[in-house]
Amino acid sequence: MEHPIATQSLRWIIFLPLLGAVINGLFGRVIQKQFGKNAISILACAPVWLAFAISLSVFFQLRGVAPEERALLDNVWDWIHIGDLHAPMAFWADPLSATLLLVVTGVGGLIHIYSVAYMHDDAAFWRFFAYLNLFTAMMLTLVLGDNILVMFVGWEGVGLCSFALIGFWYEEYANATAGSKAFIVNRVGDFAFVVGAFLLFWTMSAAGHGSVIFREINQHAEVLSGKTFWGMDVVTVVTMLFFIGATGKSAQIPLYVWLPDAMAGPTPVSALIHAATMVTAGVYMIGRTNVLFSMAPTTLHVVAFVGGLTALFAATIGTAQNDIKKVLAYSTVSQLGYMFLGMGVGAYAAGIYHLVTHAFFKACLFLGSGSVIHAMHHEQDMRKMGGLRKWMPITHWTFLISTLCLTGFPFTSGFFSKDEILWKAWSSENGSPLFWLMGFCGAGLTAFYMFRQVYMTFYGEFRGGHHDDHGQGHGHGQEAHPHESPLLMTLPLAILATMALVIGLVGIPHSLGGSLEFEQWLAPVFEHGHEAVAHHAAHGSSATEYLLMAMSVGIAFFGIFVATSMYLWKTWSPDFFTNLAGGKVYTWVYNKYYVDELYQETFINGTLRLSQFLAWFDRTIVDGIVNGAATVVRGLSFLNGMFDQYVIDGIVNRLAEATLFTGQRFRQMQTGSINAYLYVVVGAVVVMMVVELAWAG
Amino acid sequence: MSIGLPHFLVVSTLVFLLGLYCVLTRRNAIGILMGVELILNSANINYLAFSRYGSANYDGQIFAIFVIMLAAAEAAIGLAIVIGIYQTFHTIDVEATETLRG
Repeated sequence: MEHPIATQSLRWIIFLPLLGAVINGLFGRVIQKQFGKNAISILACAPVWLAFAISLSVFFQLRGVAPEERALLDNVWDWIHIGDLHAPMAFWADPLSATLLLVVTGVGGLIHIYSVAYMHDDAAFWRFFAYLNLFTAMMLTLVLGDNILVMFVGWEGVGLCSFALIGFWYEEYANATAGSKAFIVNRVGDFAFVVGAFLLFWTMSAAGHGSVIFREINQHAEVLSGKTFWGMDVVTVVTMLFFIGATGKSAQIPLYVWLPDAMAGPTPVSALIHAATMVTAGVYMIGRTNVLFSMAPTTLHVVAFVGGLTALFAATIGTAQNDIKKVLAYSTVSQLGYMFLGMGVGAYAAGIYHLVTHAFFKACLFLGSGSVIHAMHHEQDMRKMGGLRKWMPITHWTFLISTLCLTGFPFTSGFFSKDEILWKAWSSENGSPLFWLMGFCGAGLTAFYMFRQVYMTFYGEFRGGHHDDHGQGHGHGQEAHPHESPLLMTLPLAILATMALVIGLVGIPHSLGGSLEFEQWLAPVFEHGHEAVAHHAAHGSSATEYLLMAMSVGIAFFGIFVATSMYLWKTWSPDFFTNLAGGKVYTWVYNKYYVDELYQETFINGTLRLSQFLAWFDRTIVDGIVNGAATVVRGLSFLNGMFDQYVIDGIVNRLAEATLFTGQRFRQMQTGSINAYLYVVVGAVVVMMVVELAWAG
Repeated sequence: MSIGLPHFLVVSTLVFLLGLYCVLTRRNAIGILMGVELILNSANINYLAFSRYGSANYDGQIFAIFVIMLAAAEAAIGLAIVIGIYQTFHTIDVEATETLRG
């Protein structure tokens, strides 16, 4: 790790999708008009698959060297170099980022192909793929960034693309606002992330090791220990801020509210951004900075608690949703909670493992729901579906397989990854039975709501037969039931479902005869962290592990059983739940605990009221002061004018008048008569003589 | 009774007063000039009298000659002005030349 292998291949992984985005973004409209949508599709899909090929080569290159040397560095150029701050535009591939690379390019590539069919009727086909490619490039930047700043470029970039893609059908007001909501909620987290990065750099810089490069941070992290900031442990503050950033990006309590609304975007977007890749950025970020997190046990407890709470909380909401995508959205929130639970108990590898398995089966589920929505002509209400199994066998089977993975059906990928997290939640140094219990209950709920969805969508009687009557324009009979989606859509589904089944094999735990290969693969990345957190393997026995495993399988089967009896066999009416406590519980859950309303009341209306107050303040106080000052000035200048007019001008005028008056008096003397002058002269002489004589006398 | 300084002074005073009266009362410009000549000559009488009875030198007599010379010059200028007045107003009555009245 100290001496990474220099390479120039990593930049191409990012550059190719970026190129696709630029071409499609700038010239897509013309290309689409001139050469058709197929040209756009090839321009969009080829870069992603090429990036996948490069990622594979990177992966095998890393596999080919000794574990402690598994790191590639691609230094493109010196980006920022100011004082201590040295941030090169460099990309870094270690086992962690290589794993994410394969997921992003692989799942992303499949979703690109799927989108070709799904978006085929959309006029803005080129725009969609430009965004999708840009998103891929940004996500890869996030994953490959060798320092916090490059990562942050990707971090913001995916947020931007998420905004653009959620609001892709922006003609509808709700979609546009959903995009804005995602962007704004993310902004809250991003702010914390940036502040955390500043604080980290500042503290390390003060200790003489200022750096934003991850491996240097890891190397010098010990200088942070004992440092405080406003009386708080600085590592705890930094990691808490990072975690707040992660809750925004990865939709955890309290910033999860944007993700369900993000379902307004096209379904492939939900699969790619809001299930497989972008929302896992927070988990990845914690993995990337695991050394810091391991130094802050308080933060880890918060991470685990928030993760566990989110896993449980979102799962309960998922049980009462009727929109096929909303169920999956809350399921995603819940599963992300599991990942954070894993990260929080110090089981970083388990969290990343669940990230990978989840990427496959949740992408498959979203694409499956997209296939259903496509077939149902954009109907998303599960109450109007049912029985689709007959007409959409491939969608049905892939959806069912992914559902089994998600519910943790034995020996599927979800089973391995979720049990790994639950086991670590119980047994790890940072774990506790409470964390396990939250995850355990969440698992039962997951099984219930997922099978509820499967049964409502694919089993029973078709309940949407009338959709042709209003407005679809097809004749009766010929479109009486939905049809299976085209090959371009079913093929990615099949591949993803297969992957979802087999990907679990890389992480079979010791207790089941495996070797936890995935954990070993990631070990070089997390070894620092594991040194800080005492190794967990010492705790708990195999017997406990088997017991816990059996219990989580048991609760999953219980959830499946309840769902089956309610929605397939109908032996038990869902009314049992809806009428619980007079229906109040159901109403609460159905309305998502009124969290959106709470935020509306507190933050949004609070902000509005604050801005109204500020506007009032501005209008009344500030403008008042300004206007008052103006009035005072006007008054003063009026007085000044009066003074000028009456006093100054008065003096001048009076003076002039006096001068005129005296002049008029004096001119009388000027008679023009010589005699008169002479009389005056003589008179004056006489007077002077008299005076002189009188004086002398 | 011998003739002394007071006699001269009385005569000069009378001449001065006559000249002054002439200057003040004449409306004819030439009459006024003539009055001025009388006044000047009364001054000459004073110069000569004081010269004769006062000091031992001839200053007074020299001054008298200066005054006569000045009187001649003054008369010349005065008559020239009178001729100018006449050409302008066709009269030499000073009451008629009041155009400088304020």
